[in-house]
Amino acid sequence: MTIKYAFKQSLPIMAGYIVLGIGFGILLKSKGYGVIWAFFMSLFIFAGSMQYVGVNLLAGGASIITTALMTIMVNARHLFYGVSMLERYKDTKPYKPYLIFGFTDETYSLVCSGDVPAGVDRNKYFFLLTMFNQCYWIIGGVAGNLIGSLITFNTAGIEFSMTSLFLVVFTEQWMSTKDHTSAIIGVVTSAACLLIFGSDNFLIPAMIGITIILIVLGEWRKRKGRKK
Amino acid sequence: MNEMHSVILIAVMAIVTLLLRALPFIVFGGGRPTPACITYLSSVLPYAIMGMLVVYCLKDVRITTAPHGLPELIAGGTVVGLHIWKKNTLLSIVTGTVVYMLLVQLIFA
Repeated sequence: MTIKYAFKQSLPIMAGYIVLGIGFGILLKSKGYGVIWAFFMSLFIFAGSMQYVGVNLLAGGASIITTALMTIMVNARHLFYGVSMLERYKDTKPYKPYLIFGFTDETYSLVCSGDVPAGVDRNKYFFLLTMFNQCYWIIGGVAGNLIGSLITFNTAGIEFSMTSLFLVVFTEQWMSTKDHTSAIIGVVTSAACLLIFGSDNFLIPAMIGITIILIVLGEWRKRKGRKK
Repeated sequence: MNEMHSVILIAVMAIVTLLLRALPFIVFGGGRPTPACITYLSSVLPYAIMGMLVVYCLKDVRITTAPHGLPELIAGGTVVGLHIWKKNTLLSIVTGTVVYMLLVQLIFA
């Protein structure tokens, strides 16, 4: 029952992860890294956008410091996801360590979408969901890497799959709420920082700026609410 | 390709990613109530961060020189429009990527 439900819920993710995984596998192969690399990166890192960025870091022979900083910037949102999952993942032993390791944007969207039906073991459901998703991701990466070495076609522009993914999540989030303040602050602050600091250095100021603006706005709204 | 260096970089990515994922649970997981400020941030930040990541993906687009960001604009518009219409994540991503690849390989090549 729980297995069936988890599998059914994971189906929308399956398609997306396999396709994105294939994109990652092809990209990795195009830089000369074979199937073993694809498998272990997807097994140990398991972070979609980071692995796309990681291909460039590997191929360019980036330094350890650059890699660490880039990982912090690209995956910093996990800090905030984690905070919003504190309650939900509170009593999930013995699955908790894997749930935390395997947490992704897509798992987030599923875990946050309502309660599980009666008869479904909630903790086991979270665990299976995370595991199914990682399997799809690994299968996609390995398959893409193998396809990449079998056929040779022009892959220029395949990196837009990452842009498309973020645009889709952004659109979903936009439609899920009436208050678009936070989304707009995110875009405008980042664009402003991009203009000021340039494309190589804008992420950290953008993250700091967004956090400060949101906190100030929250305080201001709280005060306004009290006056009324 | 330096294999040893690549292995080290993958380890760095894996460890840093895990630390980011685990840190909130380590810091706030001790049964103490989470500060109101952190709870508030966790509710509004995901929206802003996703907007930031969209900008990050488009950071190297140059509007002032040809093709003036047109491939990104057309393909991005396709993704958003299609997603509002069909609400199918896979369809939106694949179509957007294919449109973009066709644009940069054939039309704006």
